[in-house]
Amino acid sequence: MADLRTNFAGIRSPNPFWLASAPPTDKEYNVVRAFEAGWGGVVWKTLGEDPPIVNVSSRYGAVSWGGQRIAGFNNIELITDRPLQVNLDEIRRVKRNWPDRAVVVSIMVPCTEDAWKKILPHVEDTGCDGIELNFGCPHGMSERNMGAAVGQVPEYVQMVAAWCKHYSKMPVIVKLTPNITDILKPARAALAGGADAVSLINTVMSITAVDLDLMAPEPTVDGQGSHGGYCGPAVKPIALRMVGDIARDTEMRGLPISGIGGISGWRDAAEFIALGAGTVQVCTAAMHYGFRIVDDMIDGLSNWMDSKGYATIADFQGRAVKNYVHWSDLNLNFKTIAKIDQDLCIKCGLCHIACEDTSHQSIAALRVDGKRRYEVIEEECVGCNLCAHVCPVESCITMQPQPAAKPKLVWGNHPNNPMYVPEAAE
Amino acid sequence: MTDIAAGRLPPAQIAANFADAHPPLTPHEAVVEASRCYYCYDAPCMEACPTGIDIPSFIKKIGTGNLRGSALTIFEQNILGGSCARVCPTEILCERACVRMAEEERPVRIGALQRRATDWLMEHDPAPFQRGPATGKHIAVVGAGPAGLACAHRLALHGHEVTIFEGRPKSGGLNEYGIAAYKLADDFAQREVAFVLSVGGIHIEHDKQLGRDFDLATLQRRFDAVFLAIGLSGVRALELEGESFAGVRNAVDFIAELRQSGNKANLPVGRSVVVIGGGNTAIDAATQARRLGAEDVTIVYRRGPGDMSATADEQDWAQTNGVRIRHWATPHRLLGRDGQVTGIEFMRTQPGANGRAVPAGDTFTLETDMVLKAVGQVFIADPLKSDGSLALAVEDGRIAVDADRRTSLPGVFAGGDCVAGLDLTVAAVQDGKVAALAIHRQLMG
Ligand SMILES: Cc1cc2nc3c(=O)[nH]c(=O)nc-3n(C[C@H](O)[C@H](O)[C@H](O)COP(=O)(O)OP(=O)(O)OC[C@H]3O[C@@H](n4cnc5c(N)ncnc54)[C@H](O)[C@@H]3O)c2cc1C
Ligand SMILES: Cc1cc2nc3c(=O)[nH]c(=O)nc-3n(C[C@H](O)[C@H](O)[C@H](O)COP(=O)(O)O)c2cc1C
Ligand code: SF4
Ligand code: SF4
Ligand code: SF4
Repeated sequence: MADLRTNFAGIRSPNPFWLASAPPTDKEYNVVRAFEAGWGGVVWKTLGEDPPIVNVSSRYGAVSWGGQRIAGFNNIELITDRPLQVNLDEIRRVKRNWPDRAVVVSIMVPCTEDAWKKILPHVEDTGCDGIELNFGCPHGMSERNMGAAVGQVPEYVQMVAAWCKHYSKMPVIVKLTPNITDILKPARAALAGGADAVSLINTVMSITAVDLDLMAPEPTVDGQGSHGGYCGPAVKPIALRMVGDIARDTEMRGLPISGIGGISGWRDAAEFIALGAGTVQVCTAAMHYGFRIVDDMIDGLSNWMDSKGYATIADFQGRAVKNYVHWSDLNLNFKTIAKIDQDLCIKCGLCHIACEDTSHQSIAALRVDGKRRYEVIEEECVGCNLCAHVCPVESCITMQPQPAAKPKLVWGNHPNNPMYVPEAAE
Repeated sequence: MTDIAAGRLPPAQIAANFADAHPPLTPHEAVVEASRCYYCYDAPCMEACPTGIDIPSFIKKIGTGNLRGSALTIFEQNILGGSCARVCPTEILCERACVRMAEEERPVRIGALQRRATDWLMEHDPAPFQRGPATGKHIAVVGAGPAGLACAHRLALHGHEVTIFEGRPKSGGLNEYGIAAYKLADDFAQREVAFVLSVGGIHIEHDKQLGRDFDLATLQRRFDAVFLAIGLSGVRALELEGESFAGVRNAVDFIAELRQSGNKANLPVGRSVVVIGGGNTAIDAATQARRLGAEDVTIVYRRGPGDMSATADEQDWAQTNGVRIRHWATPHRLLGRDGQVTGIEFMRTQPGANGRAVPAGDTFTLETDMVLKAVGQVFIADPLKSDGSLALAVEDGRIAVDADRRTSLPGVFAGGDCVAGLDLTVAAVQDGKVAALAIHRQLMG
């Protein structure tokens, strides 16, 4: 039985599965239910200054895909809508009653030293394990110069992180917004400000759909809509990329990363951890199915680790980072070719038409004795993978790496590269 | 001329007819089917499973590729989850309750998914459970059928030592001797017994019959507790003239012989077969007779299709196999020549007061080479007698038990077909599990 315990920037939890700062961690009632279900930690729903913000009714939009509900999810909610003291009292009680779980408190107050200086001692006094600075909320708060408005300006990120380190002893996690071109900038700023860790991603600015009767973006509030924050399974690839970018950055080597974005099961979590995350945070999946999903996350991760011989999280954490390279480091002499398993093929023709119309005309549509047959034209196949993704039958089309004919060749050394200067012969 | 013969079909055809009737889902099919499950909260399917398996969880785990976790979720509640996945009439249990029935009358294929997970684990880890730390308590279980095995396994998990006394030469109960061969194909019943026993701490003594080789009083003296799981050992007779003609057999004996024969091509079957009864056993006997090569198989039942204890799906299955089902007729007399059955005279019946069948007045005759009687198995209490007297309470023809499967005798528990309830494998497993927990509580205080 694998050991799932984690120590993240000094914050301990029995497993790497935390609930992200959001409605599931809004109050003691939810958090206690989450801990009872087995969650390793929570990041409490973002606290702000009194008086609390006001939320609209009709808050969430969602994208269903092929009959599956909530492939992507968006919201126009703000931070906590409850008074500060109520939250602080509950946080104190929860931490006292659940000493082995991580209780991190998310904070968002205006970008002034006074505002942070004022709130930090109150939060620290609860006995919580650390704070997460919400620099990510893409709607509502940014218009008030908080959330993403801060997260998009690296100088502000550094400044606020430094205030937090100055006015408290707690580990500081900076939560990053993905609504920025280069994620490395705010991440490095966080580090420069003294942050102990980063977490990412917060939600992506989005409109999930347009209601064509009301002629308004969804979710509609009295006939109108606003842009919201996108999350759920659809954002996982975006989050993975950003986590990977930070993990492989030499300047930030060793900076703890809490991975967030579309994590719905143990496999997603394992992928984030392999790309360098030390813990993972979940919101949408819990909002879809309830806290019980953590059972399979724990059980599945530990069974998978056992099957691979990983005894602890550290045994595989970051293992994929060295293989996450820049395009220019990829081997241009590597070649893979599609192979169709004729016994599995159901003759739907999808591989052919995809390749014929949009790729390299490398799958022949034949009739052999009057029967349909699809065959890869190996000389033409560039190994793009399209047909393998399109084929509806699992494992019917597989990509076969070809034996290396030539040594590794990267773009920098390729004759077609205008910048390439062949070394002069001796 | 009566015609009972072996090898009515080519051997390869017979072998195919008794292979797995419902082959397993492929890994991909299982993931696609799992994605149909809504992962309901307080799921109705779970409530409808007699062993209370956490169905949404195990299906979710198939979807995420956590097959080990999925199988363990099943085995935690039902150690015979492998055979139940194959034999449960899901159409009246979990799948009937599935919310997808209400939505589109197409339930999630819970049984098939259960098989995917349990098969995977049994193949990859033949011994996933370990006996708990020894308690020093020793429990006797009588009968190595589903109820006895489930009880023994749960007791072993709690660290108790178990000796099972089994009257037959093989373990498994009706999984080995009764269930249709194409439902539990090849040697699955024995593989599952080995899987159950791999926990350790369980010892089986075969060919040891309660009532013949030892009595209940002895068990009570020698063991800390006793669990009776002896099933139904009697078969109801037609009590009609001509019942002793050759060619007239109990359906359960026909099925047991079929299950035990290595080469089914050597098994004789009538060209024409009549099966009397309306339950599982009638369906299984008739279908297997057809699959052995009988040309003309008819089930005759005294009431209507809705009154049969065989489910609608099972009736469909028999009919798909070319079995004819005739309703509203009851056998009146068996006809024979030279000691050999040649036909049955039936009396037509009609619905009478409270659904009972009453004679309609006229008769008809079916010519036949073989008659299989499937009018019910009954519990026989004789083996429970000590010194010729029965100390234990029997109610409505079964051993009387309370909710903990406790009999009227202190320290003696009972479950499975020998007590009241659904006569199904899954119900027997639940009885065994409940009794084991009660025994554990009682012994460990
Ligand atoms: C033909 C047939 C088909 C069936 N098909 C299905 C089906 O498809 N699905 C389903 O869910 N259920 C089916 N059932 C019912 C199911 O098989 C039983 O409900 C289940 O086996 C009951 O388990 P048990 O352990 O109580 O009894 P059994 O399986 O009958 O096991 C009892 C065991 O006790 C032993 N025993 C009996 N007396 C003594 C004694 N005196 N001393 C020692 N040992 C003794 C027996 O040899 C046997 O091994 C079918 C039953 C029959 C007869
Ligand atoms: C309804 C809702 C409210 C949220 N509120 C907050 C918040 O108050 N503070 C915060 O840092 N992130 C908030 N988030 C973002 C989540 O914490 C998380 O970063 C994001 O949803 C991505 O994870 P997921 O794909 O698992 O949902 C919210 C998300 C949702 C869906
Ligand atoms: S989920 Fe609950 S609060 Fe939300 S709309 Fe439905 S009933 Fe109302
Ligand atoms: S897409 Fe797959 S199944 Fe369809 S024709 Fe091509 S190889 Fe066959
Ligand atoms: S009722 Fe059906 S859909 Fe719901 S959990 Fe059970 S199997 Fe899944």
